[in-house]
Amino acid sequence: MGVNPDIAGRVFPPAEPYLVGREKIREFARAVFSENPVNLDPDAARARGYADIVAPPTFPIVVQERTLAQLLAEPDAGIDFTRVVHGDQRFKYSRPIVAGDELTATLTVTSVKSLGGHSMVTSESAIVDATGAHVVTATSTLVVRGDES
Amino acid sequence: MTGLTATLDFANLTVGMVVAEREFHLTRDSLVRYAGASGDFNPIHYRDDVATSVGLPGVLAHGMLTMGIAAQPVVDWIGDPGLVSDYQVRFTRPVLVDATEGALVRVVARVGAIDASADGHSEARVDLTVTSADETVLGKAQLRIRAASA
Repeated sequence: MGVNPDIAGRVFPPAEPYLVGREKIREFARAVFSENPVNLDPDAARARGYADIVAPPTFPIVVQERTLAQLLAEPDAGIDFTRVVHGDQRFKYSRPIVAGDELTATLTVTSVKSLGGHSMVTSESAIVDATGAHVVTATSTLVVRGDES
Repeated sequence: MTGLTATLDFANLTVGMVVAEREFHLTRDSLVRYAGASGDFNPIHYRDDVATSVGLPGVLAHGMLTMGIAAQPVVDWIGDPGLVSDYQVRFTRPVLVDATEGALVRVVARVGAIDASADGHSEARVDLTVTSADETVLGKAQLRIRAASA
């Protein structure tokens, strides 16, 4: 069974809100080898004008992941998780994520394409803060390998 | 903020100029740490038996870990992660992480373009060359940086 092309255009319900903790940002920052004080030290972040420490650029993947889990679990999508490879990733930021943010992500499937027996599923997860203001949009293309590969 | 503005004076940048470079030594410990921090517990990133059973040559770094570390030299150069407006990569080749030796990942960041953005402010495009074992592992790896407001 392949990926259902009819899921293109589908908008998923907003995922459970994600409360960004200071220690979670520190843990993630250390995992991506950040030594930047803005990612680790609240005083350094405040000196730059932020309310608290700032997340590294790829941290939104943690929030986006909740929406990708919705997509993979969608009964009629036909996406076999064991055949999924991450093809590309993009983040478009209105502002960086800061500790204390409460973020909600909403996924839209933007395209489903077939290429050489594989399917490429592109989705966009728009992430907004507690006031509804846009923070970042995370776009992923998942490559779902075909049966014979 | 004076130092930041001086660093990010786009007038001093020329296309092709190297603005940051760094080499990272990834080990299996790094992968386990990233798995915990990110919540991506796919066992191909820490178990050789699972990796080989799905046809991989061995344990691979998470693509998102490679993307994460690759941005770091640029963020350190600009000083403020809030100036990044866009970051994209293609995952073209996996980074194999040997159980004893680990893997070296080298990042070189060059100015790709300097543009006026829609709202009239300048943005610089920084192109990343990311290699491991002499092969490029990320394609079209680009960050867009806003000029610091003076």
